[in-house]
Amino acid sequence: MVEEIGTNTEGDLIINVGPQHPATHGVLHLVLTLSGETIKKVEPHLGYIHRSIEKMCESLSYRQFIYVTSRMDYLSSHINNHACALTVEKAMQIEVPQRAQYIRVIMDELTRIASHELWWGAMAMDLGAFTPFFHAFRERETITDIMEKTCGARLTMNYMVPGGVMVDLHPDFQKDVKSFIQLYKSKFEEYNELVTGNIIFQNRMKGIGILSKEDAISYGCSGPVARASGVHCDIRKLYPYEIYSQLEFDEILDTAGDSFARYMVRLKEMQQSIRIVEQLIDNIPEGEFQAKTKAVLKLPKGEFYQRVETARGELGVYIVSEGGTTPYRIKFRSPGFSNLSALEHMVKGLKIGDLVAAMGTLDLVIPDIDR
Amino acid sequence: MIAMTNEELKIKLTEFLPTITFEEGGEWLNVFVTPRELRSFVQKIRTSEDVLFDYLFCLTCVDWKTHFNIVYHFSSTTYRHNFVLKVKIDRANPEIETVSDIWRTAEMLEREVYDLFGVKFLNHPDLRRLIMPDDWQGWPLRKDYEDAINMIKL
Repeated sequence: MVEEIGTNTEGDLIINVGPQHPATHGVLHLVLTLSGETIKKVEPHLGYIHRSIEKMCESLSYRQFIYVTSRMDYLSSHINNHACALTVEKAMQIEVPQRAQYIRVIMDELTRIASHELWWGAMAMDLGAFTPFFHAFRERETITDIMEKTCGARLTMNYMVPGGVMVDLHPDFQKDVKSFIQLYKSKFEEYNELVTGNIIFQNRMKGIGILSKEDAISYGCSGPVARASGVHCDIRKLYPYEIYSQLEFDEILDTAGDSFARYMVRLKEMQQSIRIVEQLIDNIPEGEFQAKTKAVLKLPKGEFYQRVETARGELGVYIVSEGGTTPYRIKFRSPGFSNLSALEHMVKGLKIGDLVAAMGTLDLVIPDIDR
Repeated sequence: MIAMTNEELKIKLTEFLPTITFEEGGEWLNVFVTPRELRSFVQKIRTSEDVLFDYLFCLTCVDWKTHFNIVYHFSSTTYRHNFVLKVKIDRANPEIETVSDIWRTAEMLEREVYDLFGVKFLNHPDLRRLIMPDDWQGWPLRKDYEDAINMIKL
């Protein structure tokens, strides 16, 4: 790979971005072909943190493999665990208690807020504004503290298990979440004052990295990236799981398809998540937090697929079972992988500085792409 | 726009290609197509106004030791119906036509399958290793793959 660097026969400059570059948030390696400052080609080189999670899962039991998935998209670890637990429950037809369903959805939405917070801070940092990062982390820290109290972990939660959740909520949970909601609401306007309304920021974001609706579908994009291009793709609305069908929230759509649209979709999504948490936090039913399941889970022979909406888009878990205690084959359809494939199309013909502005709004998490 | 049920899809897809076979079980309709008929079949499901499968959300391969199954999960963003397409290919000489010109997402997904299973996608624009190093020997996700140094057996 390194020997490609230099100049090609047409006089274009070929350079590396990454694998260790502050704007790629992890070990993403892009090889750019530049004509002057204009991007002609973007080629991602993946695999720097490939752990072959799919192969590992083939020798892990249905209780164990969930722990590995926390390490895929580490910012959505609750939602990854949730997807796996749902797939196993679907295959074994386990009925999940109401209390567990409520807890799961609250945790999912808090995770989504925390993930978007981090993205927001990191994206502003990519564009040269360092302060928003601290503002974002101030609120995100409160969420990780809430998680730590209940799950014992701040990043790789491993909280959701087949049949429910691992332990019951911490007694302070409701109080903490409510004070977080208040804090969040009082601070949210700062985000807009600090970044959204900034004219330099808007000039760098508007009209950059445009992805049309047709292309977003063809590239298999999902999540905020596709919704900013006008594609209805929120799995929580289209193929509801758990109690999402009973909840009131909006699917945020935009039609511009540029970086600014993706930015606005995520900001508005955070508020919708707050709305969901508010609906649930006072109404968590009493009862069991976990269904009674056997110690060793055996899935029936067959194939099972479950889609969920993570902070980045559609995560699919595809299990092929031969009837044993371990999966025969498992495939994770990760949202980041497909979103990344649209990058070249988005930035072709733009200046090199715009690459960062466009890539930042894809919200790539590299362990999710490499797996 | 109303999504077709599995039964309705079954009838419709049989109209496109009478030789397809179905596999029972599962939440979605499972359809088998021969490698030779794959291209003409997928072009029809992509363009036909009645089904419009424009969203390929998962493409992968399953190693059944005697053969490979290439598995495509399709969805329609207009009608919201889904179905699973499977193509059985020879394991000794795994080759299949690409669909990356129809669904752009397939370009990366097919590269991933090539990288981890060694399946050759014919007419693919850029079929190279994606995740593993360029000089890597063997195909890691195959069932008979052994790597004495890096593999952790549980």
